[in-house]
Amino acid sequence: MSGADRIDVVKTGKLYIGGASPRSESGRTFTIEDAKGRVYARMAQASRKDTRDAIEAARAKGLPKWSGSTAYLRGQVLYRFAEMIESRSEDLAGDLQRTGSTAAAARKEVAASVDRMVSLAGWCDKLDQLLGCRNPVTGPYHNHTVPQARGVIGVVTPAQPRLLGLISMVGLTLVPGNAVVAIVPREAALQAITLGEMLAVSDMPAGAVNLLTGDVDELLEHLGAHGDVRAVLGAGLSKGQRADLRRAAADSVLRPVHCVKFAGDDWVKDAVVSSPWMLDLVVDHKTIWHPAST
Amino acid sequence: MLARRAAELAKRSIKTTAKAQGLRMAVSMLDLTTLEGADTPGRVKALCAKALYPCPEPLAQPVPMVAAACVYPRLVPVAWAALRDSPVKVASVATAFPSGQSGLDLRLRETEAAVAAGADEIDMVISRGLFLSGRHTDVVEEIRMVRAAAGAAHVKVILETGELETADNIRRACDLVLEAVADDDEINHGDVFLKTSTGKVSPAATPVSVLVLLEAARAHARATGVRLGIKPAGGIRTAKQALHMLVMVQETLGPQWLTPTLFRIGASSLLDDLIRQLLKMEHGRYTGMDEVALT
Repeated sequence: MSGADRIDVVKTGKLYIGGASPRSESGRTFTIEDAKGRVYARMAQASRKDTRDAIEAARAKGLPKWSGSTAYLRGQVLYRFAEMIESRSEDLAGDLQRTGSTAAAARKEVAASVDRMVSLAGWCDKLDQLLGCRNPVTGPYHNHTVPQARGVIGVVTPAQPRLLGLISMVGLTLVPGNAVVAIVPREAALQAITLGEMLAVSDMPAGAVNLLTGDVDELLEHLGAHGDVRAVLGAGLSKGQRADLRRAAADSVLRPVHCVKFAGDDWVKDAVVSSPWMLDLVVDHKTIWHPAST
Repeated sequence: MLARRAAELAKRSIKTTAKAQGLRMAVSMLDLTTLEGADTPGRVKALCAKALYPCPEPLAQPVPMVAAACVYPRLVPVAWAALRDSPVKVASVATAFPSGQSGLDLRLRETEAAVAAGADEIDMVISRGLFLSGRHTDVVEEIRMVRAAAGAAHVKVILETGELETADNIRRACDLVLEAVADDDEINHGDVFLKTSTGKVSPAATPVSVLVLLEAARAHARATGVRLGIKPAGGIRTAKQALHMLVMVQETLGPQWLTPTLFRIGASSLLDDLIRQLLKMEHGRYTGMDEVALT
């Protein structure tokens, strides 16, 4: 790329909050190096206040619109998103390759990410049938339990696989209509930026997905303790981090913490990652009584 | 100049004990307002309950009551019944709020009716139509007559700065209020307020417009010794904005103005953010939006 007469443009990644791409309020940045140790990109390092801003944007802007849209529309938007990943697959594979993956592994991960999004898109209007039920009750009533969005969900994405882990965790949470505030570790920050760029021009309402790149250790507590976060879904967390997160979230029974531990190959398996049992972690169950005619 | 000064004052960072004190002060200066066509007695009762007990849980340092509840004249009796045994005042808009486009006789009768129903404070609107067409003496006369009709009730004069276009016009409108009270020998500190906006027009209480009002009050106090009250209203939704208003008052008029008798903030959802910030300071974590009752 770089000739003698040209200076390389180093990519400057920002956060993605409420549909905009702000720098971190703290002004902090970190660098991402390529395989040869040269600076490949500079990223914004999210702070406590960025986390709060993201949660407020998710609660006030993203959640009402995304959870209020029909399951059918959510499925369409997520499917369109799979198309967008597909069309940027060269970019995404190039980034993975430049920062450590082999060419074959990079291509495979991008393809798995597209497939994952398609799989998740399909679940949007089928979740009710699988997770919902008609309860047997005595008396002239219908009694139904139906899944619905929990609200704002805090997500921690894994350091590996960088793209597939990010797409899976965020996509999964979006399916029932939740808004997402995701903490993305430094290793996967480059992928988060591309995801943010795609989200900004997608049909996803502003604030439905918010991406914070930085240090998981620093932000975990602030994500877990905020009253507007209705569940935390984490992957790739250490034992100590899981304990910190659970402690931060412990003041409310409304804020369960789910930590998933997928081994290497598990991430590519739809039966494991985009299964109804995973989706069950990010829904609320509502039970409705309705008078029956007899 | 004004914009620069306002921006400079908004840079002040207020943290820890100063913030805790400022938040409580802002609560105590609040005119908790509901001015909707859809207002019902039930809604006003809920607003009054919140005016009396702003915080959903007891904090180590108590949270004060708000200064007043501000409603439409028809709902004054409801607010009066809810607040009569408390120090919280009942404020009523009057004089064909928000446009002011009714005959003066009707506007005066509305004022008298609101006071008769129990309003302690009247938030009047000036006729921006008269002002903008240059009939300044008519505006002065109107303010005098509304004050007479309000009797012992305090009068807050809404200039609707968003419709006055320029800072010069805002200052000119302030000067008309000063002129209207100049010949009143019995006036006390805080009997008359300069108020920015109705809340129905955007922009409302911008930092620049508030600064103009503060400077007018400063000029009046220097000339006559009488302290006029100031009330920014409209568009103040965050605790941060409210704290910056307090900074402007402190820096322009001094600490003697930092009392509910001389400074008020007209708002509705601001209280929720003030309470959320206080709860954050108490518990070290942010409260969910659903946890603080919305009015």
